[in-house]
Amino acid sequence: MTTPVLAVKDLRVHFFLDEGLVRAVDGVSFDVQPGQVVGIVGESGCGKSVTMKAILQIVEPPGRIVGGQILFQKNAGAPVDLTQLSPKSAELRAIRGAEIALIPQEPMAAFSPVHSVGEQIIEALRLHERQWRPSGPRLSRTEARSMTVDLFRSVGISMPDERVDAYSWQLSGGLRQRAMIAMALSCRPRLLIADEPTTAIDVTTQAQILNLLRDLQRRHGTAIVFITHDLGVIAQMARYVVVMYLGRVVEQGSVEQIFHEPKHPYTRALLKSIPSVSVAPRTLLPTIAGSIPHPLGRPRGCPFHPRCPDAIPGLCAERVPALRPVGPTQLASCFLYSRDEEVEP
Amino acid sequence: MSATSWLLDVRHLRKSFPIRRGWNRKVVGAVAAVDDVSFTIREGETLGLVGESGCGKTTTARCILRAMSPTSGEILFRAADGRVVDLAPLSRAELRPLRPQIQMVFQDPFGSLNPRMTIFDNVGEPLLVNGLRDRRARLDRVADLLELTGLRPEHMHRFPHAFSGGQRQRIGIARALATEPRLVVADEPVSALDVSVQAQVLNLLLELQTRLHLTLLFVAHDLSVVKHISDRVAVMYVGQLVELATAEEIFRHPRHPYTAALMRAVPVPDPHAPSGDVALSGEVANPASPPAGCYFHPRCPFAVDVCRTETPLIREIQPGHLVRCHRADELVLSGVGG
Amino acid sequence: MSALAPALPVTAEERVSVASSWRLIWWRFRKHRLALASAFVLLALYVVVLCPDFFSTQDPEATEARLAFIPVQRLHFFDGLRPSPWVPDVTGKRNPTTLRMEWRVDESRRIPVRLFVTGYPYRLLGIIPARTHLLGTAAADGRERLYLLGTDRLGRDQWSRLVHGTRTSMTIGLTAVTFSVVLGVLLGGISGYYGGVADAIIQRLIELLQSLPTIPIWLALTAALPRDWSPQQVFFAITVILSLVGWTTLGREVRGRFLALREEDFVLAADLAGASQGRIIFRHMVPTFLSHIIATSTLAVPAMIINETSLSFLGLGIRPPAISWGVLLQEAQNIQTVALAPWLLVPGAVVILSVLAFNLVGDGLRDAADPYSQ
Repeated sequence: MTTPVLAVKDLRVHFFLDEGLVRAVDGVSFDVQPGQVVGIVGESGCGKSVTMKAILQIVEPPGRIVGGQILFQKNAGAPVDLTQLSPKSAELRAIRGAEIALIPQEPMAAFSPVHSVGEQIIEALRLHERQWRPSGPRLSRTEARSMTVDLFRSVGISMPDERVDAYSWQLSGGLRQRAMIAMALSCRPRLLIADEPTTAIDVTTQAQILNLLRDLQRRHGTAIVFITHDLGVIAQMARYVVVMYLGRVVEQGSVEQIFHEPKHPYTRALLKSIPSVSVAPRTLLPTIAGSIPHPLGRPRGCPFHPRCPDAIPGLCAERVPALRPVGPTQLASCFLYSRDEEVEP
Repeated sequence: MSATSWLLDVRHLRKSFPIRRGWNRKVVGAVAAVDDVSFTIREGETLGLVGESGCGKTTTARCILRAMSPTSGEILFRAADGRVVDLAPLSRAELRPLRPQIQMVFQDPFGSLNPRMTIFDNVGEPLLVNGLRDRRARLDRVADLLELTGLRPEHMHRFPHAFSGGQRQRIGIARALATEPRLVVADEPVSALDVSVQAQVLNLLLELQTRLHLTLLFVAHDLSVVKHISDRVAVMYVGQLVELATAEEIFRHPRHPYTAALMRAVPVPDPHAPSGDVALSGEVANPASPPAGCYFHPRCPFAVDVCRTETPLIREIQPGHLVRCHRADELVLSGVGG
Repeated sequence: MSALAPALPVTAEERVSVASSWRLIWWRFRKHRLALASAFVLLALYVVVLCPDFFSTQDPEATEARLAFIPVQRLHFFDGLRPSPWVPDVTGKRNPTTLRMEWRVDESRRIPVRLFVTGYPYRLLGIIPARTHLLGTAAADGRERLYLLGTDRLGRDQWSRLVHGTRTSMTIGLTAVTFSVVLGVLLGGISGYYGGVADAIIQRLIELLQSLPTIPIWLALTAALPRDWSPQQVFFAITVILSLVGWTTLGREVRGRFLALREEDFVLAADLAGASQGRIIFRHMVPTFLSHIIATSTLAVPAMIINETSLSFLGLGIRPPAISWGVLLQEAQNIQTVALAPWLLVPGAVVILSVLAFNLVGDGLRDAADPYSQ
């Protein structure tokens, strides 16, 4: 059993607002094995973005990590708990960008408009030089530039020597996202976090980007945490899926199990409610009753129970189910399968 | 044509935006956002207008609504009194009496409602502006509309900030239906919503259409959404209409390579479905400087010499099935089942 | 149908959902303690503005050379342990060399201070004759003197003059800003909503006005005012002059808002519903940025107050016998006077207080109004 690259254990991130307490992430646990693609899927308010921010320690106040651990296995040494590192510490800054990289949702917002895209990648390369090249002479500008051109070529950007000097706003959406991927992979990270990387681009370009990510992942053996709301993308990209709802993991398992043998009522209902190209036109979609509650109006007990067709009266409204195995590698937090309750820390 | 009459007949619609350069803002060229688009919509049917960014579907929708003036072309509308009116050249004053008959549902649930007005004010605005001054009558009508769209009438005194995205979209639909329009143009009404909420709003639109005999122009970029709601589907690419057919036909037997590629690119929520097959190369063409000949040819796996030089014309390859492709007769493309 | 009448909100969630934007802004404003306290200060000042004579103890224009430079008679609230306000008496002695009266505070003699006493006659709000004042001495003959802030070189009671000066200065500030707002919203609105030629002309005008050096312009304009104008005419002229240049910043901001709002979906929805342009502007667009305008205007008042004070201080604004803070500060223009009678600088402190209060309230309003969270 290999050590996971990332082990999230019982993570809790709370937001202390004037209006009340929002438990954005409330007891989330999952592992990411080396070279594995883990998909985190959920709708708005489920906490997937906050989880991502917690891993990178970029949770904005009034949010704070209030419990749990995020164990990251660095290239060498014992796993380090990222929650214990101060967001401004040198150790964390060394990890960010070099060992854990981010592909954000909006590449336009992630690139500086006053520097060329090549400049920004060169900056990343030089900043983390000692991590991906522990010994040897310091990186010269020409070397860094030629490395960047190679990177661009490897992510499928045509005319890479010209594009290196382009500004982000001069590039089309697809090219920008490729440049973003190049920047993320420049220092050969062990873990890549992709936060809805294809939501803002066209579907034909999305197909290309997903192919590219799959290809790069196979070649470099990078583990990916893929966050999205699009179940189709998850099915194509992930090997292991984590389904979140209102800050908790409701189900997780291999992608086949989740899609073909979903156990949690939410997962089942969600899969049924996706419009699909293979169904006859103008058919009514099965829907989940009700709507996602306001973060401040979180239901007592199991967060899904007000909308659950299989809710057990007296139980689901009072207690929170714990995440328990329901199959060989599948876990679900539902009283239909296990009466174990969540223990509040 | 079939027995049901048409409600909207768009003929050779064009809309260009000038490109200005230099300190004196000289016009150096034009972007043909909508480039010779023609289609009809029958009464009571839903036409899905689908395409990627820059294809001109939103501009087409806004021209039909006369939120902007088309550069050329005709927009023939069969009004309630039976007259056929060309909306394209009408002035603001001439359009005013027709406004209640054509309404819009917007994409962004957060920007489409006035945040300073209650739901009653927002939904009642079209009623008030069109002469229903009696507050009592407006209250009744707004209550009916809210119930119709699945909301609680007693919430009409709340403000938009109290509602979720899905609920606000329902309010937007209620507002669009207030004046009993003949044509509703929905511009990506579910794109900004969560998956489970999307399903609810799509179901609502389907039900309302059947109940109220609405005619719907549904603009979207998501093919699976379009399939669920449309009777017929029109596909646009870089300002041009490339294919138009019934939903069943276009999905089962697409005749344009772009349509087929679009369908293949949609990720299927099934891990066993084949993935990573030939994805379309290149980027969506720039409408400001489209390629010569067929706009799609640089990315088309079936392009031949004529495609690079001559722009294909749109033609009816089968009754009710229009395609803009030189090779439509000879190509056999795979679609998706159902 | 009872379902249509708005039900009384019960839970916190319901209260928030039926809360209009103004109420939400008020709730957010309330949380700024400093801004709230400043708002009360301003409220108090404007109560004084409404009826300065009620708060005065003497006629502010009554001069008596013999009573020059009487020091501050500090108001004490407790006599021993009893709550009974009193002030120390002042005794005067004629200086044999200069033959001027010199006054000193005599702590041994205490003059009790009464509330709601009868004093000099005045007209409440300019119409109703009255004689009641808030503070005063028991003896109606004026033998016991009450000079809460001393007197100046002409023997005029500084407290009463300060109260009257507050009315003038605070009113000019508010009026000038109101004119600016009207001009700014009107011209900025036309510029932003219609665009085109109107926009170009108005923008060039704004740029022209903003590039003019303000102080020389003001000095020139106020110096050009005829010397024989009544104080009221001078007051009005100063207000107009101050607002003629002050509207430009607001005009720019309003134009920006209109430009942005024109593209909003809900504005298009109103247009598609058939609303007239007037309705779109006044019912849909203006209310969305009204709170910002109010916040910006509040922040613009201090500048107007300081401008008026400066102009009057230099003798170019409000002229005696009219009273404003600037006019009062004119008395403190030389070192000798200030050394002899430091209490003449108190109007400066009041200027600072009011400017601070306006700034804090304006900041609080701006934070409360922006962004309007959804």
